[in-house]
Amino acid sequence: MNSATVRTLLVRGMLAGLAAGLLAFGLAYLIGEPGVNAGIAYEDAHTHEHEMELVSRAVQSTGGLATAVLVFGTAVGGIAALAFCCALGRIGRFGARATAALIAVSAFVTVYLVPFLKYPANPPGSNEPDTIGKRTALYFGMIALTVLVGVGAVIVGRRLAGRFGNWNATLASAAGFLAVIALAMAFLPAVNETPKDFPATVLWQFRLASLGIQALLWTAFGVIFGFLAERALRPHAPHPGQAAELPTPA
Amino acid sequence: MAHTAAAPAPLSSPAVTKLPIRAILPWAAFFGLLMLVLLYFVGAEQGATSLLSGAGVHEWVHDGRHLLGFPCH
Ligand SMILES: [Zn+2]
Repeated sequence: MNSATVRTLLVRGMLAGLAAGLLAFGLAYLIGEPGVNAGIAYEDAHTHEHEMELVSRAVQSTGGLATAVLVFGTAVGGIAALAFCCALGRIGRFGARATAALIAVSAFVTVYLVPFLKYPANPPGSNEPDTIGKRTALYFGMIALTVLVGVGAVIVGRRLAGRFGNWNATLASAAGFLAVIALAMAFLPAVNETPKDFPATVLWQFRLASLGIQALLWTAFGVIFGFLAERALRPHAPHPGQAAELPTPA
Repeated sequence: MAHTAAAPAPLSSPAVTKLPIRAILPWAAFFGLLMLVLLYFVGAEQGATSLLSGAGVHEWVHDGRHLLGFPCH
């Protein structure tokens, strides 16, 4: 019975992630592609070697972009649903929708926002191709570290809540999270490879677009998954319309 | 509808039931891993490391890789 509930939530998380991915793809196509194209234009103007195109730009910016964002949305949706299953009823008196919203916000902050502050998204042509190994290790390492510190902060916060109350425990664990992250950011190596003449507006707009795409994806996921999870966990709840039958004061 | 005396809805939602970690683990072990493999293919394959030869995967997901924040070129 419980296993079936987890399965239902996992499937709904993946569906919610897919739907959120669809919205994020639309936004990425509209506000993200100009930056990708500008980066490639800069690159073409500064390099003399032209590689043969495996996948045309037209396909990369439509079907390719859709594949990436939809697969990403589905995958993170599934993982977030599993995190939701663990968090439900264990992080305070939150219902299904509030827990889904908290999971979505936490995932956005730990999987994207904090790593982004140290290693922001970069358009094509603004990094040295040879450093891809180092940059990949640092970026994925930063995500893993932030998620681990975040989970640790929640666990410590739950322990502290019994003694110091929910408010103080939440403040203390949030402060601990920020302190550890700030320390890690200070000691991890920086990646500053942007060429001197790379257009600053392209870089800024590309990074804003990336932030917007991820923010939309996680917001949509939180809302859609919250709705689906709530219904999955209360299959026999009265129809929302019936709530209107509350006795009205005369 | 006044004769159908509906019980007043509770003002606060009842506490949610926890899902036992035992029930979550098998799904997390298999599907969690599967999801991570998918993320690897979107975010890193044929960049720093390659499981498949060529650059087809990299080229196909290229724009999404940049825009989702993953390191690329
Ligand atoms: Zn690239």
